[in-house]
Amino acid sequence: MASNVILKVEDIHKRYGREEVLRGVSFSLFKGETKVIIGPSGTGKSTLLRCINRLTPPDRGRVWLDGVEVSHPKTNINKIRAAIGFVFQDFNLFTHLNALDNVRLGLLKIKRLDKKKATEIAMMELERVGLAEKAKAYPAELSGGQQQRVSIARALAMDPKVILFDEPTSALDPELIGEVLEVMTDLARAGMTMVVVSHEMGFARSVADEIIFMEGGVIVEQGSPEQLFTNPRQKRTGEFLRKITELYGEAS
Amino acid sequence: MIVFRGLPGLFQASLLNIALLFGLIGLGFVVGIPIALFQVYGNRLLGGVASAWEWFFRGVPELVLLFLFFFGSAQLGLKISAFVAATLALGFRSSAYQSQIFRGAIQAIPKGQMMAAHSIGLSRWQAIRYIILPQALRLAIPPWSNEFSSVIKDTTLAYAIGVNEITRYARFITERHYRLAMAVYLVVALIFLLFTYLGNRLLGTLEHALRVPGFEAKAARAAGEHG
Ligand SMILES: Nc1ncnc2c1ncn2[C@@H]1O[C@H](COP(=O)(O)OP(=O)(O)OP(=O)(O)O)[C@@H](O)[C@H]1O
Ligand SMILES: [Mg+2]
Repeated sequence: MASNVILKVEDIHKRYGREEVLRGVSFSLFKGETKVIIGPSGTGKSTLLRCINRLTPPDRGRVWLDGVEVSHPKTNINKIRAAIGFVFQDFNLFTHLNALDNVRLGLLKIKRLDKKKATEIAMMELERVGLAEKAKAYPAELSGGQQQRVSIARALAMDPKVILFDEPTSALDPELIGEVLEVMTDLARAGMTMVVVSHEMGFARSVADEIIFMEGGVIVEQGSPEQLFTNPRQKRTGEFLRKITELYGEAS
Repeated sequence: MIVFRGLPGLFQASLLNIALLFGLIGLGFVVGIPIALFQVYGNRLLGGVASAWEWFFRGVPELVLLFLFFFGSAQLGLKISAFVAATLALGFRSSAYQSQIFRGAIQAIPKGQMMAAHSIGLSRWQAIRYIILPQALRLAIPPWSNEFSSVIKDTTLAYAIGVNEITRYARFITERHYRLAMAVYLVVALIFLLFTYLGNRLLGTLEHALRVPGFEAKAARAAGEHG
C-alpha cells in the first residue's frame, strides 16, 4: 500500500511572526485520491498548500512526492514544482499571455518541447476544460470561470503527479462556480490525484475520498465524507459542517 | 541668407545629439534594468550597491558628472573622447532614473504572478524573464517616454565638454553673426521639438503594438492597490 502513496506530508510547522499558523500537520495521499480540506478562515489551509510545493518554505516538517523528498535541500525544487500543479483562488493567469500561451509556457520553457508538440498538448488541455475556442483570448477577455479553467489547463499541461487547489471557486460569481467544479469532478473521476481546499460541500461529498477538517493550524479530524457528515468524532467538526452547509447551501 | 546656409550644418550637428541620445538612453536601459532587479530581488549587497548607484547618479548635477567623466578620467590617464565621456556620464545618470521607472513597474505586478510562475516550475530568473519583465516593460512605456523627452534635451549639455553637437554649432554660427542668434536658436528649438514629437510618436506606436487587451487597466488597478 505504501508504494501507492504519491504525496506524504509530515509534521509541517509554519510561523508568521508570533503566530504559529501550522502546528504539525501530517497526511498522505494515495495515487488517484482526492482529499478535500475544510476549515475556518485563517486556519492555515492556504499556507499548508504553499508549504507542500515550498512557495512558502515551512519552518519544520518534511514532504515527499512519489518517493522524492521535496523538502530535502539538495532537491531541485523547480523540477518538483513542475510535477505539482497549483490552482490559485484568484487564478493568477499570466496577464500578458493569451490562454494558449499560458498553458504552453511551461511546456516550452520547462519541458523544452518544440513549439508544435507544445501547442498540440496545450490545445488538448484547453479542449479538456472546454475552452479550445478561447485559445487566443487574453485573461482580461475571459470570465472568472473561464480563467480558472485555463489555469487548471495550465496545471494539467505539465502532467503533474498531484494538483493542489486553493479555494478554486471562492472568487467566482455563483453562476460560474458550476463549470469549474464540473471540470474538477471530471478530473477526479479520471484518476487525477488532488488536494482541494474548498467549502463546496456538494463537491466534497460526491468527489472527495476523504475530508480533512483543520482548525488552529492542526488537523482536527479526517475521514470519509459519509463519516464526517453523519457521524463526526469531534464536536467541532459537526458544528463546522453544519455552519458551512448553511452558508454554502445543501450538499447535493 | 546665412541662416539657410547654416541649416545643413545645424542638422548635421544634430545627428551627434541623436547619436548621443541613442547611446545614453541605451546605456541607461541596459544598466537601469539590472539596477531595478537588484533593488527588488537582490540580496542586501546587490540591493545596497544598486541603491548607492542610484543615489549617486541622481544626486550629482549633470555638468559635474560630465566634468568628472571627461576631465577626471583624463587625469587618471584614461583617454576617452568627449563623446564617450558624455555618453557614459549622461547614460549612467539616465540609468538611475530608468531604474526607478522599472522598479516601480516591477513592484506594480501582483505577487500572484511570481507565485504562479514558480508553481509551474519556473526558476526565479525564468520568471523574471518570461513573466515579470514583459509585463513591467509594458507598464513602463509611458513613464519611460518622459525620461526620453528629458534626456533628449540633456544631450545639449555635452556642449560643456566640447562635443560638437547642435548647440555648440549654433554658438559657432552666432559668434560670427551675432544678429542671427534669435533665428538660429529658434531653429535649434524647432529641431528639438521635432525630435521629441517623433520620439513620442514612435513610443506611442510601440506601446500600441505591444498592447495586451485589458492588461493596462488591470495593471493600473494593481498599481493603485499597491500604493
Ligand atoms: N505571508 C504572510 N505573512 C504573514 N502572515 C501570513 C502570511 N500568510 C498568511 N498569514 C497568516 O497566517 C494565517 C493563516 O493564513 P492562511 O491564508 O493559510 O489561512 P486560510 O486557512 O487559507 O484562510 P482562508 O480560508 O481565509 O483562506 C492567517 O492568520 C494569516 O494572516
Ligand atoms: Mg486560504
